[in-house]
Amino acid sequence: MSQFLQILLSGLATGSIYALVAIGFALVWQAAQTINFAQGEFVMLPAFLVLVGLNYFDLPLWGALLFGLGMSILILGAAFKKLVVEPILPHGGITLVIATIALGILIRESVKEFYSAEGQPYPSVLPSDPINIFGAVVSLQDILNLVLSLGIVVLLTLFLNRTRTGRCMQATAQNPAVAEILGVDVKRMVLYTFLINAALAALASFLITPVYLAKFSNGETLGLIAFIAAIVGGFNQIRGALVGGLLIGVLDNLVATYITAEYRAALPLILLILIILVRPQGILGTPEGRAV
Amino acid sequence: MATWLRRILILALIALAIVAPLGQGNYIIYVMTSWLIFSIAAMGLNLTLGYAGQISLAQASFMAIGAYTTALLTLSGWHWLAAMPLGVLACFVVGFGLGYPALRVKGHFLAFITLAFNTLVFLVLRNEEWLTGGTYGLVGIPRPDLGLFSTMRSLPFYYFTLTVTIVAALAMWGIVRSPWGRAFKALRENPIRAESLGVDTRRITLLAFAIGSMYGGLAGALIASLVQFIEPGSFGLAHSLRILLMVAVGGAGYFFGPFVGAGVVILLPEILRFAEGYYLIIYAVLVIVMLIFVPSGMIGIWGRIRDRFFVRPVARADLQQGAQLK
Repeated sequence: MSQFLQILLSGLATGSIYALVAIGFALVWQAAQTINFAQGEFVMLPAFLVLVGLNYFDLPLWGALLFGLGMSILILGAAFKKLVVEPILPHGGITLVIATIALGILIRESVKEFYSAEGQPYPSVLPSDPINIFGAVVSLQDILNLVLSLGIVVLLTLFLNRTRTGRCMQATAQNPAVAEILGVDVKRMVLYTFLINAALAALASFLITPVYLAKFSNGETLGLIAFIAAIVGGFNQIRGALVGGLLIGVLDNLVATYITAEYRAALPLILLILIILVRPQGILGTPEGRAV
Repeated sequence: MATWLRRILILALIALAIVAPLGQGNYIIYVMTSWLIFSIAAMGLNLTLGYAGQISLAQASFMAIGAYTTALLTLSGWHWLAAMPLGVLACFVVGFGLGYPALRVKGHFLAFITLAFNTLVFLVLRNEEWLTGGTYGLVGIPRPDLGLFSTMRSLPFYYFTLTVTIVAALAMWGIVRSPWGRAFKALRENPIRAESLGVDTRRITLLAFAIGSMYGGLAGALIASLVQFIEPGSFGLAHSLRILLMVAVGGAGYFFGPFVGAGVVILLPEILRFAEGYYLIIYAVLVIVMLIFVPSGMIGIWGRIRDRFFVRPVARADLQQGAQLK
């Protein structure tokens, strides 16, 4: 039982970080109909920006984190929208998907060539002492990861539901044309969405990288898991992405411990196929009108 | 372009493909053979992406299925000509099974399913050592022996591959020109209109994906014989992305796009050899820049030039794509 609790808690901790990535992904999808296949690389890069801040500019840890966050918002938010999404979106969704795939390769290879191909030790922001909860030994880092990510999700939800800007963003996501008629600055709201996505990816990066090492190939699995979390939970809901992320985190741990460690990476595929067959709009999603 | 001009051009290109490797070193012939093989894989993906408008990120996995099936069977004494169809059939069945759930719903679900499938295939190839040899792969795969014409040397194998490529391209030409193919095109041009005219879009897309996967299997069967050694690492996600970019670079939806795209992707590393590790960075930037300015690929550049110099009257341009009504 204590082992089960242990697995559950650490699964929730990783799952909550997946959820951050999935939420950003879902937000960008809603606001700009953009499926970002470079989302995994968006989570990999900020950790390296922090390392650059630490090792090349000799910043203290908090300074490096701020540097990483700022640069991520600039590069992965503003520049991504201005230089990649805006010029390509009019050519169609598939063209944009291919462009984000190329962008993913670009980010991955750039980190590999300009920083290092080896896994880099990454400083943990949070203490990792083991603590005891009802007999389960869990690292404090896991618990704090869980608390922090859930806190970020709550703040984001409050922002979207309670502030004027947040509600304008929701209106833009639901119906850009009507939002524009009602006086919402649609372009600016879409830009905000990209900035928030970049910030979420950076925060997820800071939390998850200490668990592994900082490596250029980290994005491959993270991106896939984030897509699947978003689809499983429901593409058009923040709650959906949260549930999807947590579910995948926990199931992944359970499968690895109790069923098979070799095929744990197959879990997302099975989950994806099941969801598409049973409930294509996702667990918490609401069905959208079919385009055809 | 006039039909006769097109025919002459195609014949000239085939003649060039026959003459080009004569007197060349083994390495150049090897590069040309892999160009042909990747053209086949890209041709299949072009059917899925360019004609049916669905993204498949598992073309390398289908190559793996074709390659491992062929390799295992030929290693146990089958002839390549008997083993290859089984590999191709396996790809059709797997593609059908994979596409069935994914294409039930609108949106880019096939992309995600195939993305996950690619990981799964890689895991199976690596973990099931009793069958696939695990990370060590399979070694010493024989090349097909066609009686008088043995393909053990590189030049005969090149001609063998060229023949297979031409047959595959003719089959694709037939598919694209058949009523099915016209349905694919209708789907790409305007899915709403296609569906209202009675085209079963779901079935057509599923078939396009399954047939496209078969071409992946055929390419895999050839690459197993070319390299004579296969291991899971050669069929990872990076290779699927590579094939996808071939189609995009060449020009998705154009018949000759995959050949151009595969040529660029195979030859670019040779040209950019001075760039060493930066090759992929340069390539990715080039792809993004190309998608911004010429989203229809290299073949599209030709189309642009042609439209510039040979202006043709367009009747009711607003009817194209349903005038983009949304």
